Amino acid sequence: MRETRSAVHVSFDGVEYEGYAGESVLQCARRNGVTVPSLCFLEGLSVWGGCRICVVEIAEDHRLRPACATQIAADMEVKVETPRLRAYRKAILELLFAEGNHVCAVCVSNGKCELQDMAVLCGMDHVRYDYQSPLREIDASHPKYVFDPNRCILCTRCVRVCDEIEGAHVWDIGFRGEEAHLVTEMNKPWGESLSCTWCGKCVAVCPTGSLAYEGRAIGEMEHDPAMIQRLAVARNRGEWLYPGEEQ
Amino acid sequence: MKQARIATAWLGGCSGCHMSFLDMDEWLFELAEVADIVYSPIADVKEFPSDVDATLIEGAVTNEDNLELAREIRGKSRLVLSFGDCAVTGNVTAMRNPLGDPLQILQSVYVDAPDRDGQIPDAPGIVPALLPEVLPLHKVIRVDAFIPGCPPPADRIRAALEALLEGVLPPNRGEAIRFG
Amino acid sequence: MAAPIDLHEVMDREREERFRTRWRVKACASTACMSAGAGATIQAVEDMVEREDMELEVQVIPTGCMGLCSAGPLMRMMRRGGDETDYQKVTPDAAKEIVRSHVLNEEPVPEHLLDTTMPFFTSQERVVLANGGVINPDRIESYVAHGGYQALEKALTSMKPKQVIEEIRRSGLRGRGGAGYPVGSKWSLLAAAGGKTKYVVANGDEGDPGAYMDRTIMEDDPHRLIEGIAIAAYATGADQAYIYVRAEYPRAIERLDRAIRVARRNRLLGRKILDTNFSLAVEVRIGAGAFVCGEETALMASIEGRRGTPQLRPPYPTEKGLWGAPTMINNVETLANVAPIIDRGGDWFASIGTEKSTGTKVFALAGDIVNTGLIEVPMGTSLREIVEEIGGGVPDGRSFKAAQTGGPSGGCIPAKFLDTPVDYESLRELGSIMGSGGLIVMDDEVRMPDVAKFFMEFSMDESCGKCTPCRAGTVQMHNLLQRITDGNGTRRDLRDLEHLCSVVRDMSLCGLGQSAPNPVISTLQYFRSEYEALIDEEEVVHA
Repeated sequence: MRETRSAVHVSFDGVEYEGYAGESVLQCARRNGVTVPSLCFLEGLSVWGGCRICVVEIAEDHRLRPACATQIAADMEVKVETPRLRAYRKAILELLFAEGNHVCAVCVSNGKCELQDMAVLCGMDHVRYDYQSPLREIDASHPKYVFDPNRCILCTRCVRVCDEIEGAHVWDIGFRGEEAHLVTEMNKPWGESLSCTWCGKCVAVCPTGSLAYEGRAIGEMEHDPAMIQRLAVARNRGEWLYPGEEQ
Repeated sequence: MKQARIATAWLGGCSGCHMSFLDMDEWLFELAEVADIVYSPIADVKEFPSDVDATLIEGAVTNEDNLELAREIRGKSRLVLSFGDCAVTGNVTAMRNPLGDPLQILQSVYVDAPDRDGQIPDAPGIVPALLPEVLPLHKVIRVDAFIPGCPPPADRIRAALEALLEGVLPPNRGEAIRFG
Repeated sequence: MAAPIDLHEVMDREREERFRTRWRVKACASTACMSAGAGATIQAVEDMVEREDMELEVQVIPTGCMGLCSAGPLMRMMRRGGDETDYQKVTPDAAKEIVRSHVLNEEPVPEHLLDTTMPFFTSQERVVLANGGVINPDRIESYVAHGGYQALEKALTSMKPKQVIEEIRRSGLRGRGGAGYPVGSKWSLLAAAGGKTKYVVANGDEGDPGAYMDRTIMEDDPHRLIEGIAIAAYATGADQAYIYVRAEYPRAIERLDRAIRVARRNRLLGRKILDTNFSLAVEVRIGAGAFVCGEETALMASIEGRRGTPQLRPPYPTEKGLWGAPTMINNVETLANVAPIIDRGGDWFASIGTEKSTGTKVFALAGDIVNTGLIEVPMGTSLREIVEEIGGGVPDGRSFKAAQTGGPSGGCIPAKFLDTPVDYESLRELGSIMGSGGLIVMDDEVRMPDVAKFFMEFSMDESCGKCTPCRAGTVQMHNLLQRITDGNGTRRDLRDLEHLCSVVRDMSLCGLGQSAPNPVISTLQYFRSEYEALIDEEEVVHA
C-alpha cells in the first residue's frame, strides 16, 4: 500500500521538478529523469555515502552534500552540473582508477561496468595521478564465485546486501586507509566461509568486475543490481508473492 | 593546400591499435589525399622526421627506447596524442607494476620458469633495459589529447583524425572516451 | 547502601594531614617527568625519609603535571604555613640533598633551583590544570580537599538541570576538541531530546602528534573529569556515561578506572548520588588505536563494538547516537572546565579570555622552543606571548619561522602573524584551527613542504578508508609532496596538489578528510616560494 506523499517544489540546475518529502535528492533526481552520477548507492540498501561521486551543491548555503544522503526540502535548489562539481567528480574517478588495478581490457565486466560507464559519463579520458599499482591477491577459493580485489572500489554494496537482505554478513571491510579491503568472515578465504549461503546477491550488485561468476571470460560478466533493487523495494512495501499474507 | 604531416608510433603495446588503424579501410585512401603519414610502424621510415603536425602514440612507456622515442616525438610534433589504453593508462602492459622490480620479473620468467639454460636477455644497444615501472605516456611527456580504447574502434580513430584535420582536438566526451 | 561522602569532613581531615609535618615534598609524577626519571627520584626521597626517621618531619606527595616538562623531574619543597621552593632536573641524589638541606638547615640548594618568577609560570592562568602539581591524583581526598565535588553537590542540591545549562551557556564555554561548538547549546540539545535512555560521552581519544592535554587531565585529575561528566549528565538527563580513552594511554585508563570505583564507593557515582534522585553509571571504553575514532560518529561506532568509521550526519548524535539513543560527546578538556564554572559561576568564566572565546586553553608546547611543556593561558593571549615569553623563544640563536596549531587538521602560522590573539576565530582566519591544543614551534631551519608532508603522511595512515577523497586523495597528495620535497616535482605536480587540496577538503565525508589538506593549504599560502624553489620548470620529468 502506498501512502500519500506531500509534494514539494525542488529544482535541479534551475529546472523545476516535484519532490516528495522523505525522499533523498538522488531518489528525486532519478524519479524525474535527472542524471546524478553515483556509484555506491543502490536503491533498496542502506545509504553508505562513501564514494562521494553523487555530491551536489545545495544553493542556499553552497554546501556540497552527497545526494544519496540528503533529504529533499521544499524549494531546494540543487546544482549538479557546475564546473566545480564536474571537476571534483572527475578527480574522484581518477582517484578510484589510480588506487586499484582497473585494466578494462582484460576485465570480466568490460563493457558492462558501472565504473567504466561513470568515466564516460563524467568525461574522464585519462588519470593524471600516479597509479598506485597495489599487489592484491585474487580469492578464487569459492566454488561458484571469484573475488578480484584489484577491481574493487569499496562501495560496500556486497557488504550491505549480504547483511541487510540475505542476513548472512559474510562480507565486511578490514584494515584502514589505503590498506582497507573487503574481507570474508574474519579475513579468511571465501571458500572456507561457513556463513556464505551461495546466494550470489553480492555478485549481482557489484558495480565492477570485482565479484563475478567463476569461469567468466573478458566482458562476459553481467551483474544485475536491479534485481536486488526490485527484491528490496518489494520487501519494504510488503509485496509478497502470495497477497493476503501481509503482516 | 599543404598536406598535413601525421605520424604514428608504437611503444610498449600489442600493435592492436595499429590494426584498428588499418581497420579504417577505404577511408585510409581519403586520408592519404589530405595527409602524409610521415612516420609509422606500417611505413618504412627509419628516423622520426621533424615538423610533424600530429603524432598518435600507441603503447605504454616500458623501456629506455620507449622513453627516448617519446621524448624525440614530443620535440618534433606540434600535437601528441595518446593512442589506445596502453598509452593512456598503461593497461595490460602495466600489469607488471604491482610485482615490483623488473629484474625479479625477468628472473622468474627467463631463469626460474624454463626447464634449463635460462638467462636474462642482456644485449646493450639491442635489447633496451626495462624501466622500473611502466608509465602512461602523459607521465613522461606532455600529451595534448587522449584516444582511449583497447583498441580504439576504427571509427573513433577516424573521428579523431577528422577533428585534427579540421584543426581541432578530438572529441573527449561520451563514448569517444570509453576504456576497454 | 553506604552513606555518601561528607565533603566537608574530608576537607577538615585533609587540612589536619597537611599540617601534620613541617615539610611536604611534592614531586611531579606525571608521564613526562616519570620518563625523565621521576620514579627513581621519588623512591629515593621516600627511602631516605624512612631510613633517616624523618616521617614526622616530611611527607612525600606524588602529584600531577607541574607544567615545565622540559625541566623534569620537577620537585617542590613546601614548608608548613610558609615558603615554597621549586626545583628542576631533580636526580635521586639531588633530591636527597635538597630534602636534607631544607629539613636540617633550612637552606635551599641553588644548583637545581627553578625560577618560578619567569613568565612561563607567571603568565599562565590555570583553571583546568589548577590541581596540577598540587593534588595526588590517586587520592580522592586530595581532590576533595581542593574543592573537588563541591560543584556537583551544589548542582544536585541547589540547581535545576535548566539552571546548570544556563550557567554553562553564560560562561560561553566552547568545545575544546577543535571545532569550538558552544557547549551550552549542545547540552540543551541533549536535554531537549526525548527518550528514556540518554548518553554522555567524554572524548579522550586525543590523537594529534605532540598533544597531551587530555591525557594529563585524565591521569592527573581524573575526578575533575568525572565531576564534569556527572554535572553534564545531571543537566541533560543522562544516566549512563562513557569515557572513551585511546589504548595508548594505559595510565589514564588505570587512574580513571580506579577513580570511578572510588567515586562510586563514595556515592559520587552510581545510584542516588549524594542521596539525591540522580543516578549515573560511568564506564571507561578503550579505543583500538585509530585516530579517526576521535570523530564523534566513529567514536560511537567504536563504543558499540563496531568498526570505527564515521557515519553520515544528519542524524546528529544528540538525535540518534549510541545504540540509537540521544548522545552527547564532549571533549575531556571541555568537561574539565565544568566544575569550576558551576563552582564560581558562568560570569566569572566569561570574564577570562575574549568575548567570543571565553576561559582558558591548555596547549602542549613543543618543537623548537626553550620551554616545552603543558601551559594554560587565557583565550586571546597572543601567539607572541606564548612563544617568546612563556615558551622562552626559539633556542640556539635561531629565529622563529612558524607555529603549527591544530595538528594534522591545522595549519602553519608565519612570523608576521605572531601578534594574533589565540582564539577560535582568529586562528581560523589564518587558515589554521585551535584544534585540541597542540602547538609546535618551528625555527628557520625547517622546510615547510617537509612539514606538510609529515602531516599528510599522518592523515594518510589514519584515514579509515570509507570515502574516496580521503582514502585515495591523501595517498596521492603524499605522493606529490614526496616528489616535490625530493626535488623531482614539476609545475604540473604543484597544480595537481593544489587541486587535490580542494577535492579532499570539499568532498570528504568527515572532519578528518575535510581538514587533512589544511597543513598543505596553509604552507602553500604563506611559504609558497619554498615549494616553487623545489620544483622543476619542466612540465613532465617523471622517468
